[in-house]
Amino acid sequence: MPVTPPIRHLHPGAWWLWALGLATAASRTTNPFLLLLIAAVAGFVVAARRTDAPWARAYGAFLKLGLVVLGIRMLFFVVLGGDVPGTHVLITLPQLPLPHWAQGVRIGGPITLEGLLFALYQAMMLAVLLACIGAANALANPARLLRSLPGALYEAGVAVVVALTFAPNLVADVQRLRAARRLRGRTERGARALLTVGIPVLESALERSVSLAAAMDTRGFGRTADVPAAVRRTTAALTLAGLLGVCVAVYGLLGADGTAWALPLLALGTLAAVAGLALGGRRAVRSRYRPDPWGLREWLVAGSGAAVAAVMVTLGPGYTDALNPPVVPLAVPLLPLLPALAIAVGLLPALAAPLPPRAAPPSTTARSSGPKDSR
Amino acid sequence: MITFEQVSVTYQDAAAPALSGLDLTVPEGELCLLVGPSGAGKSTLLGAVSGLVPHFTGGVLRGRVTVAGRDTRTHRPRDLADVVGTVGQDPLGHFVTDTVEDELAYGMESLGLPPEVMRRRVEETLDLLGLAELRDRPLATLSGGQQQRVAIGSVLTVQPKVLVLDEPTSALDPGAAEEVLAVLQRLVHDLGTTVLLAEHRLERVLQYADQVILLPGDGRPPVLGGPAEVMAVSPVHPPVVALGRAAGWTPLPLSVRDARRRAAPLRALLAGRTPAAAPLPSTAAAPVATVAALAVRRGAVDALRRVDLALRPGEVVALMGRNGSGKSTLLGSLVGLHAPTGGRIDVGGLTPHRVRPVQLLPLVGLVPQEPRDLLYCDTVRAECAAADQDTGSPAGTCRALVERLLPGIPGTTHPRDLSEGQRLTLALAVILTARPALILLDEPTRGLDYAAKARLVEILRELAAEGHAVLLATHDVELAAELAHRTVILAEGEIVADGPTPEVVVSSPAFAPQVAKVLNPEPWLTVSQVAAALAAPANETANETANGTANESEPEPEVAP
Repeated sequence: MPVTPPIRHLHPGAWWLWALGLATAASRTTNPFLLLLIAAVAGFVVAARRTDAPWARAYGAFLKLGLVVLGIRMLFFVVLGGDVPGTHVLITLPQLPLPHWAQGVRIGGPITLEGLLFALYQAMMLAVLLACIGAANALANPARLLRSLPGALYEAGVAVVVALTFAPNLVADVQRLRAARRLRGRTERGARALLTVGIPVLESALERSVSLAAAMDTRGFGRTADVPAAVRRTTAALTLAGLLGVCVAVYGLLGADGTAWALPLLALGTLAAVAGLALGGRRAVRSRYRPDPWGLREWLVAGSGAAVAAVMVTLGPGYTDALNPPVVPLAVPLLPLLPALAIAVGLLPALAAPLPPRAAPPSTTARSSGPKDSR
Repeated sequence: MITFEQVSVTYQDAAAPALSGLDLTVPEGELCLLVGPSGAGKSTLLGAVSGLVPHFTGGVLRGRVTVAGRDTRTHRPRDLADVVGTVGQDPLGHFVTDTVEDELAYGMESLGLPPEVMRRRVEETLDLLGLAELRDRPLATLSGGQQQRVAIGSVLTVQPKVLVLDEPTSALDPGAAEEVLAVLQRLVHDLGTTVLLAEHRLERVLQYADQVILLPGDGRPPVLGGPAEVMAVSPVHPPVVALGRAAGWTPLPLSVRDARRRAAPLRALLAGRTPAAAPLPSTAAAPVATVAALAVRRGAVDALRRVDLALRPGEVVALMGRNGSGKSTLLGSLVGLHAPTGGRIDVGGLTPHRVRPVQLLPLVGLVPQEPRDLLYCDTVRAECAAADQDTGSPAGTCRALVERLLPGIPGTTHPRDLSEGQRLTLALAVILTARPALILLDEPTRGLDYAAKARLVEILRELAAEGHAVLLATHDVELAAELAHRTVILAEGEIVADGPTPEVVVSSPAFAPQVAKVLNPEPWLTVSQVAAALAAPANETANETANGTANESEPEPEVAP
């Protein structure tokens, strides 16, 4: 491998596979050290390979979201307690007496260290999952990923892209209208403020959507080739049945039972869905500009994520206690060597992925000041 | 290339048709300019060419529109996408993807062009429009002129035979507008593209037009012809045409260069005389607002650095500068929308961002760039009542202002149904309800036709005469020349010029109005000054007081061709 990686975009699919691999690994363990290690690996790769594009800021937002989830989980534990039998009582909150039909629910009461740790480990897992998804968002432009969708799914992809741009525009509108309220000397908050700002915001969002729809129409969006009705119906049937099959199979795979029937069903469903998409592609006349190539580096990045996931899944049965450290009796969890090494494989993209092209610093003529850039 | 045969368009629930009995032909390779007052049906005509009218907008189209031989009745906009490229006023509303290169390729992808062709055309278009350095940039980070060029490029890549543009330069500073127009001219000259263009700011585009279509509105028939003949009868015309009319030149000059070659006798006639100076407000009065060493940082950008400014009662000040130079930030800081990172703002003894907004109302009021943001009721009457309540004024104050500024608007009208000019005036009335000593306007003439602009000039003059200080941020050099006592030019957040308007704008190539360019080095700025000088005997001119209300841009009675 050359010392300086080339400068280009990595296929967004590779980033997503890598991140999903890390997320799968995280979902297999509640060991806080392993979870922190996974978060650190994802964070390191993001720091090494993220761009300065607006969507790259998603990582910070996902990290904050993870912390919020952690906080909420802990709050729920403190208020509702847990069902972990613990002996180390930290503090006893006043317990709310509940009627007998609410048996099994308790509000307040003793808080044990064991329960607290259990809740913390669980919440950490969720937060690390979010961090992995955030890493994928920061590293791969969601719009680029959607461009790699098969032709038949393209229109759905555009809808998602438009929806993705909708949110930031909405935020900008709210800010603008809040400023305008200030200009009229109004400061009240709450429902009334929301009402006066909300309706114009929705109005302008709607107008923007209509003007975008008009622009897309004049630019040839939705041009389709003529396809016989029979082919159209077959396409729909194949795609629907295939996706349904995949869903059911994944459900079976995630649950402990049903591994016997789930794998063949998954294969069958995938096959049907792929056939449906391929048929559906006949209707689309579009072509693709500079599709992202899938080369050695993509294999390495996606493979490293898959490897982490695979090792963690296969190690699962042998390392039950190390991966999911019991909280009763209380003990400091260990850092198992083999899983930790496996997770470290996830660092590979920090070396293997090409450097993203850095946009030139925003020119001074950029409309970066003034509320007008929000429209 | 484009033909209209007896075309009438009637929208649903509309009392009168938006267009009626229109016959016209635009030959291949011409740059055709569409002019007319607001509401005359310009956008409808453009929409009919791209097929959006009636396929997307609804309504009934009678007659026949063909573009490159395709009847729009049987072709939807998407079926015309390979022959007509449409660019609207707001480029951000046009973008589907998020980077420059993807945006350029989007139209071609929709048409299913082979990848090699797409690759080649994207590179060609990047070079043609001078966008090569921006190819990987996210669209949201581009300047207004760059965005407009990308929008034009994004429809050019499919190599349409016809390009339809609705006010492509109205949001741009003079420099960026030049960039965009240079591109259009290149398309017409080098590629033979037919361009159909609607624009209110005729002073920017008239000189490039091969043909002009005038839609006079009010049900009068459209006028078609060469730019000079149409301008001779047009109620909307740029200052250079008004100057030609005042000086009695035939044929009328269309560009500054035409006029300059014709203007030697006029310059000689005016030499040694000075324009009747507008009565300057006294500088003795205490300023209504002062800004000292103001610095504002927005995100990672230093939007303003060390700005000093004082605004006195009765003074109209124009704030100019390219897009992103900090004009809006300065206005926002004066009403407390942005907290300064350094320096001091004093508005009537208060620091705007520290006080409750309601305390600022009698001191300073801002009409934002989009006046609609200020309005949130569903009738004019409710809007006025809300304004009275917000400001604690006696009931009926705002309504009386609306009656004065905008006579004859029924109280039950929805603000959305007003024209751009009427909406701006309503927002101004709402702000004026508290009688603020300082009135700020952000880009007030965007989307206004000449008549609405003339009305705005009149209103602002009256307000200044009553002792209000007015600060307007604008790209409209003609407006500044007409109205402003003082002009301040901002660049990169710093004041680079601040002085009486004639001194500041006459020498500046970007900010000089057309009359100043024609009569340079004589210090004349507006047609009304020249007309007054021509009407008065030579020895009296210097003593004559300014004619405050005469205005070259007021619609003149139509002369039969």
